[in-house]
Amino acid sequence: MRIAGLVDNTVSFMIGGEAGQGLTRSGSLLGMAFMRGGFHVFGANDYPSVIRGGHNFYVLRASDEEVHSQGDTVDLLLALNKETVVLHLGEVTTGGGIVYDEKTELKEGDVERDDVELFPFPLTAIVEEVGGTDIMRNTVALGAAVGLVGFDKEILKGMIYDAFAGRERIIEMNNRVIDLGYEYAMQRYHETFPCRLEPSSENPGRIMPTGNDAVALGAIHAGCRFYAAYPMTPASPILHYLAAKDAEADMVVIQTESEIAAINMVVGAGYAGVRAMTATSGGGFCLMTEALGLAAMIETPIVLMVGQRPGPSTGLATYTSQGDLLFAIHASQGEFPSVIVAPGDVEECFQLTAEAFNLAERFQVPSIILTDKYLVESHKSVDPFDTNEVDIDRGELHVVGGWTGTEEYKRYKFTDSGVSPRILPGTKGAMVMANSNEHTEYGYTTSEPDETAAMVDKRFRKLDALRIEIESLNPVKTYGDRDAEVTLVGWGSTKGPALEALKMLRRDGVKARFVQVVYMEPFPTEALGEALKGGGKHILVEANRTAQLGRLIKLNNGFSFEHVLLKYDGRPFNPGDIRARVMEALI
Amino acid sequence: MTTIQDLATPVVNTWCPGCGNFGLLMAMKRAIIQLDLERERVVAVSGIGCHGKITDYIKVNALHVIHGRVLPAATAVKLANQDLTVLGFAGDGDAYNIGIGHLSHAARRNINITYVVHNNLVYGLTTGQTSPTSKKGYVSKTTPRGAFEPGINPLAHALASDATFVSRGYAGDMHHLTGLFKKAMTHEGLALVDVLQPCVTWNRVNTYDFYKERVYKLEEEGHDPHDLEEAYRRAAEWGEKIPIGVLYETERPTYMHNFPVLGKGPLARQKIDADKSSLLKEFQ
Repeated sequence: MRIAGLVDNTVSFMIGGEAGQGLTRSGSLLGMAFMRGGFHVFGANDYPSVIRGGHNFYVLRASDEEVHSQGDTVDLLLALNKETVVLHLGEVTTGGGIVYDEKTELKEGDVERDDVELFPFPLTAIVEEVGGTDIMRNTVALGAAVGLVGFDKEILKGMIYDAFAGRERIIEMNNRVIDLGYEYAMQRYHETFPCRLEPSSENPGRIMPTGNDAVALGAIHAGCRFYAAYPMTPASPILHYLAAKDAEADMVVIQTESEIAAINMVVGAGYAGVRAMTATSGGGFCLMTEALGLAAMIETPIVLMVGQRPGPSTGLATYTSQGDLLFAIHASQGEFPSVIVAPGDVEECFQLTAEAFNLAERFQVPSIILTDKYLVESHKSVDPFDTNEVDIDRGELHVVGGWTGTEEYKRYKFTDSGVSPRILPGTKGAMVMANSNEHTEYGYTTSEPDETAAMVDKRFRKLDALRIEIESLNPVKTYGDRDAEVTLVGWGSTKGPALEALKMLRRDGVKARFVQVVYMEPFPTEALGEALKGGGKHILVEANRTAQLGRLIKLNNGFSFEHVLLKYDGRPFNPGDIRARVMEALI
Repeated sequence: MTTIQDLATPVVNTWCPGCGNFGLLMAMKRAIIQLDLERERVVAVSGIGCHGKITDYIKVNALHVIHGRVLPAATAVKLANQDLTVLGFAGDGDAYNIGIGHLSHAARRNINITYVVHNNLVYGLTTGQTSPTSKKGYVSKTTPRGAFEPGINPLAHALASDATFVSRGYAGDMHHLTGLFKKAMTHEGLALVDVLQPCVTWNRVNTYDFYKERVYKLEEEGHDPHDLEEAYRRAAEWGEKIPIGVLYETERPTYMHNFPVLGKGPLARQKIDADKSSLLKEFQ
């Protein structure tokens, strides 16, 4: 295995064109091929909310070490149309190249850079030669990319074979255009292009899921058996995946008439004793908030993923944001304990989704998994998830044939922990009475002041135990140098670019670390207090306009940030943005 | 054998004396007893409004939810445990205003539950406002010049949504209503029972006397409940005569048939720790 990059030990690609040209698909297939060749990869898409036309692209970065985000520049731009060349010319690394269709008319002045190589390819001619359709130009470009970096085209063909399993004619045509694109690259440009990704002979067996895939797999392995959701970007792929796998996953999967229906179904399934989940984005979550409070009031465990995108309202429907943190914490009327966890990469999406189910069920509260578009739609290569690591802990749920208690069953029995034993409706000798009105231990409606206060206290006793539990779950993670001169603080998908920024800073000779807040509710004040000790200058990094994590930290820890890096244009941070802010703070 | 005492709760009933809900509640208890259902196997899901208190007054499993959302919650309870008899209770505000969207979809799904709508043509618990089933011109605090809109026709709505059991009962005829509930609860699919239920406090139009003069039993007039066109005709009838009984009944596979996992028994009783790691393969 050998890698040669232009700025570091990574090679970055971008494939760009119009919606409908299969860019995410082909970009991720190339990424999976590199992964099978032994490289670590990260891939992210960027697309407006249109089905045809509009500018789309997918960025892919490969390395011989773990890669957490896209880079700042693109070493090889695969341009399926002229617009891609024009829009992204400035992002091409000095010494990098642009693959484009020789039919594209690039005029004088379109490419005003003499430090990038132009690689015209007969993309259309090759497709026509094999009698393929126009969309196959993207496969020619993959063959070209593989040839330029000296990768093994047979691995790419293997990827195509798996992706189009059983569709012999499509596989054969794709194989031919890969060969032709590859040969053209080898004959004309391979020697000129400096980047190399020469594969290992061994496939290390990694997987390349998106955050959505990881959440879905986490839910399945946590024993989620009911999923109801309404389509909404960026959470829809979970619904697509689970709908396709319902039999294998032993799940009931439903596309509902609204987000309101989805969450009320999840509450109904949870009441009946089934681990249940829904997922949406901010707008759908707005519709769900009333039933979120219902779940809290009737102490029914539910799990809900919110994939953030920029708001308010429809905002940027297909872009990313971290603007719903405080909303999630305060969603629904009244006061109640809940869990909010914010994974930062695909491994955490898997592991923390499973953890969210256990916490929801052990404490009989709603659990929210707070993600964003950048996290849930980006691919990352990782070692296969350790499914044996997932422990299912259903807490005080007792699946029994008959009620054996000495007294009548009380759904909301007062206990020291505040957690009351749950049984399934249908248990002989007991009735399970759940009530959205304030209620007695039995579940009957009450409006008596003493009974009300006692039941509120019972629900909040759960919060005391939950706080201790959260502090024990590694709710704040620290990466990088112990004796850092600068500390980045962030959450969620910012983790990827922040870890890449740490790599850059190490090369710069700057000692830096990154503190990731993983649990947002209950807030891990103690763990964060420890993590904020020392560490030089502190810089808050968030993808929102009002520093929402910063406000939470101020509220809980009394800590104020002198330096803040906020981004609210719908795009994820680039590692270089963070590095530049660090340098500014260090001056 | 379940007895009437088994179904009683210690909660003091706060419905107004003479409320049509009493007849409805008693008819439901009788239906449960006559069908010989164990109370532990019955789940009552209720919404918000006077009707919603029913889960305090009948000793079965209960899930009291938020306004308008009885059907999604009840649908999921049935999917989660097909061994349970699931009863949804909603008011006319619940079912036909805020929650009307769910009626079409529950009907399309043909989920195997009974949906009882306490239809008193007025908002009770919020003190007498106009309801979606109030007729055009109905005067209340919110419509001092009379309701602007014609009332919703829930039965026609259900028929148009491919419901497989569409019926109407009258809380003033407990014996007939008991029979209707029994038919609905043994129907395989979504069974709507719209129950005309006088509100003695707020609705001075649709009173016991009003209904007594008008209701007639479809089965006594030779109505064929398998005739969809005839069902639409009867659903449109409201005036001199108001039909009660089963307007329409047909067979269609229930929603439960769509899910392979339900072939293995009630979801809530299935083990959830099976090895699913083979699902990771396609990501390699």
